[in-house]
Order: sequence, then C-alpha cells, then structure tokens
Amino acid sequence: MIYRETGQFKANYQDDQALFPIAQDRYVIFGILIVTFAVVPALLNEYWLNAILLPFLIYSLAALGLNILTGYCGQLSLGTGAFMAVGAFSVYKMMVAIPELGFIPLVLLSGLVTAAVGTLFGLPSLRIKGFYLAVATLAAQFFLIWMFNKVGWFFNYSASGMINAPPMTIFGVIVTGPEANPVAKYYLVATIVAVFALAAKNIARGRIGRNWMAIRDMDIAAELIGVRPLVAKLSAFAVSSFYVGMAGALYFAVWLGSAEPTEAFDINQSFLVLFMIIIGGLGSVLGSFLGAAFLVIMPILLKNIMVDGLGTDTSLAKHFEFIIVGAMIIAFLIVEPHGLARLWRIAKEKLRLWPFPY
Amino acid sequence: MKKLTRMMVAASLTVPLMCGIASAYELVMPTLDYRTGPYAPNGIPFANGYGDYLNMLNERDGGINGARISLVPCETGYNTKLGVECYENTKNEGQSGALVYQPLSTGITYQLIPKASVDEIPIFSMGYGRTSAANGKIFPWVFNFPATYWSQATVFVQYIGEREGGMENLKGKKIALVYHNSAYGKEPIRTLEKAAEKYGFEFLQLPVDHPGQEQKSTWLQIRQNRPDWVLMWGWGVMNQVAIKEAASIRFPMDHFIGVWWSGSENDVLPAGEAANGYLSGAFHQPGGNFPVHDDIRKHVYDKGMGLGDRDRIGEVLYNRGLVAAMWASEAIRKAMEIHGTNEVRGKHVRDGFEALEVDENRLKELGLANFTIPVKITCENHEGPGQVALQQWDAKAKQWKLVTGFYEPLRDITGPLIAEDSAQYAAENNVSERSCN
Repeated sequence: MIYRETGQFKANYQDDQALFPIAQDRYVIFGILIVTFAVVPALLNEYWLNAILLPFLIYSLAALGLNILTGYCGQLSLGTGAFMAVGAFSVYKMMVAIPELGFIPLVLLSGLVTAAVGTLFGLPSLRIKGFYLAVATLAAQFFLIWMFNKVGWFFNYSASGMINAPPMTIFGVIVTGPEANPVAKYYLVATIVAVFALAAKNIARGRIGRNWMAIRDMDIAAELIGVRPLVAKLSAFAVSSFYVGMAGALYFAVWLGSAEPTEAFDINQSFLVLFMIIIGGLGSVLGSFLGAAFLVIMPILLKNIMVDGLGTDTSLAKHFEFIIVGAMIIAFLIVEPHGLARLWRIAKEKLRLWPFPY
Repeated sequence: MKKLTRMMVAASLTVPLMCGIASAYELVMPTLDYRTGPYAPNGIPFANGYGDYLNMLNERDGGINGARISLVPCETGYNTKLGVECYENTKNEGQSGALVYQPLSTGITYQLIPKASVDEIPIFSMGYGRTSAANGKIFPWVFNFPATYWSQATVFVQYIGEREGGMENLKGKKIALVYHNSAYGKEPIRTLEKAAEKYGFEFLQLPVDHPGQEQKSTWLQIRQNRPDWVLMWGWGVMNQVAIKEAASIRFPMDHFIGVWWSGSENDVLPAGEAANGYLSGAFHQPGGNFPVHDDIRKHVYDKGMGLGDRDRIGEVLYNRGLVAAMWASEAIRKAMEIHGTNEVRGKHVRDGFEALEVDENRLKELGLANFTIPVKITCENHEGPGQVALQQWDAKAKQWKLVTGFYEPLRDITGPLIAEDSAQYAAENNVSERSCN
C-alpha cells in the first residue's frame, strides 16, 4: 500500500535510470533531508549535536568510504584508521600553512591527499586478494601511524605530538576550534555528508560502480568481459580513501579539535568502521548510515539510560554496555547476516507487495 | 525490537527532565573516572579517594560552607573520545554547571584545554596534562600545580646527579626513558634532551605502545644498552609489566625511577620481593593515618557510603585523589570568599584557583599536616611550587616511604621551554597573552 507503484509510468530512459526511481523513495529522501537540515538543529541541544550527531555523521562518511572499497569493490581493508589520520594530518598542516584557502577546500584537498596515499597502498591489491590484502593494508595502518608519531614535521614539532585545530571560519561563522558554533558545525558536516552520500549512490549505480561490483563478484569473469582490474581496483581505493580522508579531517578538525595519532587513529578505529559496514550492510549506502548509528549512537544511549535513567553505577553500566551491544550485534547478524540495510530492503519488497506479500 | 526502541525513546526523553529537578544550590563536580579497561587499576583508587573526600565534606560539614557537593561520575575508560562525550554530557549539569574538571588523562586534558575558556570551566590537571599550561598568562583556565612533568624530569636528573656524587659525574652516563607512546609519555622528552645536552649524559628513548602489556623488546634493548639509570613515564598495566620485566633482567631497582603516576601499590605488588627499592616521584605522603582519613572512615565508611574497600584507604593513588579533591574544594571555598556568595559557577572557581593558598596551617586545619607541600597560585604561575620528592618501595613492609626532601626543579631548563611551548600554542590558536598586573 505504502509502496504502491501503480501509475508510476516511465516514459523515457532518463526517468527509468533516476537515482531514486520510485516516487515514495524520493519523498522519503526529501523528508530526511528536511528533517536533517530544518528540524534537527532547531530541536536538539548542544550535547546532542556535539556529542552524538557529529560523530555519527563523521563515522557515516568514513563507513561510506570503506563501503565503496570493501562493500562495492570487494577489497578488504584494515587501514581505515590510518587513512583517516592522513586526512587529519594533511588538513592540520594546511590549516596552519594556507588557511586563506578556506575550510571546505582544505577538507576536499585533504581528501585528495588521502586518495593519493590510498592508491599507493592499494597497489598490492593488484597481486593479492582477500585476507592477504587485509594484511597488506594492516601494514599501512601501522606504518602511517608510526610515521605521524615519529616525524616531527607532521605535528609541527609540538612537545607532546598532539595536533590542535586552529579556528577557521566559513562565511564568517567559526566552524573549527573551541569557539565554533555547534549548529554551524552540524550544518557543515551534514552538508558534506549529504552531498557525498548522494555522490556515492550515483557512482555506485553508474559504469564505475558496476565495474567495481563485477570485480567484487568474480574478478576473472570481469576481466574477460573487459573490466580493467587495475583501473577498477585503484579507482576504488582512490575514491574510498578520498571519503575516508575527508572523514578523518572532519573527525579531527570539527569534532575532536585535537588528536594524537596513536589513540585517535589506532587499529581499533579501523575495526570499528569495518564493523559498521558489516553490521550495516556491505555494498549499501544506507547500510553505512545504519551501521554508524548502531555503533556510535547505541552505546551512548545505553549509557545514558543506565546511568541517568536507572541510576546504575558508572563502571557497571560500562560493562553492561559491552554485553548488550555485543549481544545485539550477534542477534542482528543471526536475524539477517547481510546487515541492517538488507532488513530494510526485505521490508521494502514486502511493502511493495502489501497487502499480499509472498 | 519495537518495544526496545519505544523504551529507549521514552528513556531518552525522560533523562533531561529528571536532570532538571534541583532544590537547593548544589556544587556540581563531575569526575571523569575510569573503572574499566587497562588503566582501571590506577583509575579506581584515584576516583575512590576523590569521591570519598568530597562525600566526607558533605557528611561532616554539609558540603563547602554549607553548600552540598553533587558528585557526577562519568566513565571514560581513559579514552579521549569518551572523555569528550562525558564533558559535553556533564558541563551544564545542575544549577551551577560543572565547576571544575579533573580528567586524569593527558589526552583528555589536551581536548578540554581549548574548550575550557569558552565554556568558562577551569581545568585542574594536577601534575599532568600540558606542561606549558603552567604559564597562566596564556592558559588562564588551566592549572597544573603542584608540579609539572618537566619539573619532575629535572628533579630526577638532580637526584641521579646526587647519587652519582655530583652533577659533573653525569657526563658519559647513560639514562634511558621508558615511556607510554602517547602525548602523556612524550612530555618529558624535550626536557631530558636539554638536560642531556647540559650535563653531557647519553639519553635513550624507548617507547611502549598502548596498553603496554608487551615490553619484552624494550627490556631486551635495556639489557643490550646497559643504561645506568632508567626513568619511566607509564600508566595502567604498563607499570606493573615494566617493573616485572626489570626484575627479570635483574636491573637494579634503586636505579629505576618512575614518574609519580608509576609509583603506587598496584604497580609494585605484582613483582613481589623483586620490586624492593624501586623509586618514584611524589608530592604527598603515602599512608592512611592522617586525621582526614579517620574522618573519612567515620563519616563515610561507617555509614556504608565508601566507594572502595576500607583497607585500601591511604594507598598512594587514593591519597592522590584525596589531595586533588582537597585542592579543588579549597579553590571553591576561596571562590565563595572572593565573590561573597555560595552560588559560585565555573568562572568564579577559576578566580578561586588563581588566588589559592594552602599553607602549613591550613593543611593542619584540614587534618593533613605535613601531607603535601604548601601551594600558592598566582596569575602568571599556575604550576605553584614545582617541587618534587622521591619515594621508595619497601617490599618487605609493603609500604611506600618518602626518601628525599622536596627538590627545586631546574628552572633554567624548564623556564625557556615553557615560554616557547606556550608561545607556540598562542600563535597557532590566536590567543593573546593577558596582563597579570
């Protein structure tokens, strides 16, 4: 009923190939965008914006990036934390050296720097696959973090190896540093995430995305039908790293404000983003958001419910949080091994056939 | 699933409502503690000491000058991201808002330093955090008395010089630093490099990665390089592992000095007898026989409100939490005095910190005679006295004991470094130096 498509006729190819061919999908997307940009900032307080939505959006962007590489192109990567660090350190160096370019161009540039680094570390993917590739990207994780920790130039020789985001403005509104307005930060991040999520959806359904998926499903067959593995794999690494690099830049400059490589970008960060896309759904834009929500928002909500709502002791609440989140991950993966996005897809199929789903 | 969602939505809606109810004016003191994770062995006693002292004030005196203290614990797990979430969650708590933050983590302190001046909440990073915050002209909202890591490093160099029979004998000696590979562990490096230049000793750096359970290669390097002295900047499980490793290569314990975060019962007990003679920095006495401890037993533990075990009162880190709570509550008292009201807020407490003076007499009144050094804070000096003593572990008696007096730091080394580092912060963040006259 809700998803009835009766009467939605497509008179030309362009309509048929639209980003959201079903009218209801379009309305939902417009609805989400309206809620994101008009309702949320007006309703929620600083704590929600700063401590919950900002990390959620930034992790969504990182998950989106990894999903392009792992979900769409099938190349397993454990270097997400390091690529986020590349984004963070390059945006830091540029914010100090060339602040006059403006913050958004610097974020995009840091994404490009990360794309270059990511492509370099993607070279082994031409020879090795699967778990072996994961180990090669693990080398990127350890090498890059070691380098950012060791070479003084990256952190401008500060005594502790920490980097601090200097204040920067967009149209006169401060978006980084301590005085930044939480609403402005939210708008900035939400805009970047929205634009690049739509871009990802677009790339994925086009020629490039189809090449990636062909490589993912069977690389030899893809090669036989004329997909060039070199171009497809390296472009996946480049685009994925571009997203992850931007996420790292926002993570450091907008959300945290200061960071040290060993803690903020360690291997756990790589695993966290990988778990996001596994739980959310491999090869799905929606899945990246669902996975990030599950692993970022859920623990905070659980903590707040237990500590503020039920008055549980803080350490006990922390232990319970581990248990509950762990149990929920297992439960969800048993119910639907293909992730939360797949659950939504099944629901949608059923809704299209409702009231007679089969 | 639907039910769970509904419950969560309901709970998240009721949470802010419940926080809004407050009757009398309460002094909100959030504690960012960590009772879970690899740093919990050290985080727990500190949090217990901090909370017990403030609860004791509530029970014995009805709070500070009659205003009750409301403790708001938040679990960080020593994780920077969770620390930031805790800060955002607690900063507007209650009527007063958070009055002072003590993150007990150098990483979280670095996050909070820029935010503190905007939110007008002072940060009291007692003997940790950013060393150059000692410069009150650039960092008006941060206090790191009674001494910084850099002061401590120079005190260790002096102590080593003394043991070697004079500073001139340091020439040609080899001193190694085993450090937690993070902002915290890297703090003393620059100071030690300068000291090495000045006194002509050789300086070896040996990083240990988080969480520090694996140190075989570090201690193999020490066995190969044979340093005369080993310094350690460790925290959490890293400490006990290092001391056990040192014992297993038979490194002389009385030539092994830990920072004051690497010298508690939890760190040395696992190594047993072999840890005998291990040294560490200190700025207060160990032991639970001061009058204030009796008050805590009587007013808190006898009523069943104690946060920890009764027999662990007086451990080194318990006392450290206690002294942190003492200085913070004295600063609030001072703020009430300056502003003539009990309804102080973060910005008033900052004034209280800046005018803080806890001398011998005041310590005696508080039941802490000779417990720690007298402290006097001024507008330009947020480090206070900067003096450090050394304590030694007696494995037979299972006791720490102060074995030296309080040393003056080598200000000719730390002074220029603090000026340089704070100037760099000021330049990067467009902060201008305030005048202190």
